[in-house]
Amino acid sequence: MKELMSGNEAIARGAFECGARFATGYPGTPSTEIMEAFAKYPGVYAEWSPNEKVAMEVGIGAAIAGARAMVVMKHVGVNVAADPLFTASYTGTNGALVVITADDPSLHSSQNEQDNRHYARFAKIPMLEPADSEEAKAFIKRAFELSEQFDTPVFLRSTTRLSHSKSVVNLEKPLKVDDRTDIRFNAEKFVMVPMNARRRRVVVEKRMQDLRIFAETFPENRIEMNSPDVGIITAGISYHYAKDVFPEYSYLKLGMVHPLPIGLIREFAAQVRKIYVIEELDPFLEEQIRAMGIEVTGKEIFPYTDEFDPGVIEQAITGGGKAQRSLPEIPIPPRPPNLCPGCPHRGLFYVLGKLKVFVSGDIGCYTLSFMKPLEGLHSCICMGAGIGMAHGMSKALGEKGKGKVVGVIGDSTFLHSGITPLLGMAYNHSDAVIVICDNRTTAMTGMQEHPGTGFTLQGNKTIMVDIAALVKTLGIDSVRIVDPYDLKAVRTVLKEELARSGPSVVISRRACVLFKREKSFPRKSFRIDPEKCTGCRLCLGMGCPPIAWQKVSNDSGSATKKTKGKERDGVAVIDRNLCTGCGLCAQLCKSQAITEEKE
Amino acid sequence: METKSILLAGVGGQGILRASDILCRVFMAVGLDVKKSEVHGMAQRGGCVTSHVRYGQAVHSPLAKKNDIDILVSFEKMETLRYLDYVKESGTVIINTEEIYPPAVNLGDVPYPKNVCEEVRRFFLSVKSVNAAALAIRAGNIRTVNMVLLGALSGCLHLSPELWEKIIDDSFPFKLIAVNRKAFHLGRGL
Ligand SMILES: Cc1ncc(C[n+]2csc(CCOP(=O)(O)OP(=O)(O)O)c2C)c(N)n1
Repeated sequence: MKELMSGNEAIARGAFECGARFATGYPGTPSTEIMEAFAKYPGVYAEWSPNEKVAMEVGIGAAIAGARAMVVMKHVGVNVAADPLFTASYTGTNGALVVITADDPSLHSSQNEQDNRHYARFAKIPMLEPADSEEAKAFIKRAFELSEQFDTPVFLRSTTRLSHSKSVVNLEKPLKVDDRTDIRFNAEKFVMVPMNARRRRVVVEKRMQDLRIFAETFPENRIEMNSPDVGIITAGISYHYAKDVFPEYSYLKLGMVHPLPIGLIREFAAQVRKIYVIEELDPFLEEQIRAMGIEVTGKEIFPYTDEFDPGVIEQAITGGGKAQRSLPEIPIPPRPPNLCPGCPHRGLFYVLGKLKVFVSGDIGCYTLSFMKPLEGLHSCICMGAGIGMAHGMSKALGEKGKGKVVGVIGDSTFLHSGITPLLGMAYNHSDAVIVICDNRTTAMTGMQEHPGTGFTLQGNKTIMVDIAALVKTLGIDSVRIVDPYDLKAVRTVLKEELARSGPSVVISRRACVLFKREKSFPRKSFRIDPEKCTGCRLCLGMGCPPIAWQKVSNDSGSATKKTKGKERDGVAVIDRNLCTGCGLCAQLCKSQAITEEKE
Repeated sequence: METKSILLAGVGGQGILRASDILCRVFMAVGLDVKKSEVHGMAQRGGCVTSHVRYGQAVHSPLAKKNDIDILVSFEKMETLRYLDYVKESGTVIINTEEIYPPAVNLGDVPYPKNVCEEVRRFFLSVKSVNAAALAIRAGNIRTVNMVLLGALSGCLHLSPELWEKIIDDSFPFKLIAVNRKAFHLGRGL
């Protein structure tokens, strides 16, 4: 049967078909749907771990117990999970361990553009890279087989374009799997103290040598000979981009990007006159092929940054591309992503933006509040960094920083990597105030469950961690809970906590407006009375999508309203189809012009 | 058959991904190879959303290059302008005349682009403008704007209406089928 599937859905399907029954991960674009799709297959166990490091450890444990385990994360997740992974490369696996890294060329939804192929070399782990959904399904099976055959973790690398493109996949019957799990003791292999690790270190090098030999005949490394004039060496989705524009060239398509099949590359190079290496991001293949003494063209013509498309490749190789066309020359306003109408983060960050404090931020929907007009967040490095950075800043500033440094972090992010830095703050007696933006879900990546929501990935009821109690236990004495839909309360609580010495935590709690399970408020809509509106623009300062500025001309009768003695030149209006009725703008309005819409 | 490309573009929340899924299934049903590509994530938060759909005998890239789109379906008026350089000179442009203001327009910092349809007509021969919101309301649900536009697009594709209906029926829960079919036909009738 044929099915249209995204790369992510195909990875989940392939894992299921080949008998993997165990998966863990932490959400992160573009990897999230792999876990969500896998979790729905019959007879599988799938969980969200609190973070990627935990996920990796859970996967390693499952593999040592003999399972075929899959661990799923976005590219930066591998940074978090690197510590256990690098040593799991030494121990190997009893069962199978496949790690999916979903990279994000062009930074569609990420804080950096790192090329995780380097992790394969660094950790001495083989890596496969599919080019479309059909290959994604086939390669994940290969990855499990390789892991078992060579007793090693195996990487499968995807990119945003592969993960989120859909193409036709041939569904196959899932394999019947016997339970191969068991407790097997093997201290020399699994206790990585120096004397054991030194021995495993040698095993790792031997395994890499075996894998290099294997790569030479691995059928997914294949030569497609056409014209001998030009040969293209490529992997992943770049293969399809190149085939689209240069079907007449010869190709060496690498299904395994680490280790490389040196003999096969030499064989290909001997058959073609000129070689291009086409790869997004770093010259990972190119540098290794050059080191073999083969002359190639690569990053001198192809960009280092951003994802490719067929046009980028055509332009780089032919130099010209089509002449510039004439098109309408109307300036196009940008359309950046924005907090949703009714987003509970908006009230909190409106207040933070007005307080003239440094807000050390973190990653989540709330990061968007760095933009105009809120401008309520002033740094964002990685998940969990908001707390540690606020503490470091506050300590470095000393007296000057008192009452001036706030750290913010989302609920999912706090449980991912905020607990330890908060413990550090309590332990080292910090003066910063931490706000936990608890919208009851992992909103940014599409409402995934986490240990604070009361449900698991597979929909089972579970514990719901009490964040306030947890924070107290860590040694933070002052813990306050506020409703971010109440601007006055948020302002008062923040001011009081900033004035206090010692660390404190404010939990800003209100469910995400898009979160159906926990309704945040009854839906209604607000309107602005054009007669009462003075045109002061205060409500526009919320940056709420339904509120727009409308110019009024001076000769129309209603243009005579005054604000601070100045004649108004426009009024604010609310698009009732977009308004969710959170009422924040009504709290701001000084002339009571904003009221609930009567049905 | 050589590979053809359609670009659906608009704003997060307009049902673009659902529409492009249906489009792909229609091509699959007539035995063609098809690939589509879109980026979600941040884009859901009111940002730009695009979906490239490519179909033919054997499709390689899921992304079209510039100057290569046969039909652009823009779900929002000014968004049309952002992607015109993707459209072939001989291509067709379908424009939903709905305006969704981006933040800078809401704040009154920059004006919403004027005369969009007229300007596009100066550069492309085949331009269709559609008041999709009005037709969706006429069909019975404002959220069927995507089906109205899919209907308008279907008018350019020479495939039987029964085929479209079958795929639409398979794509919605029973109680939403009638309204989506109606929206599709209102768009197709243009
Ligand atoms: C190491 C790492 N893993 C995953 C992500 C992707 N990611 C960014 S923020 C986030 C969670 C956001 O949830 P929360 O903190 O609850 O904030 P919200 O979006 O709900 O406001 C995730 C999963 C990432 N950037 N880095």
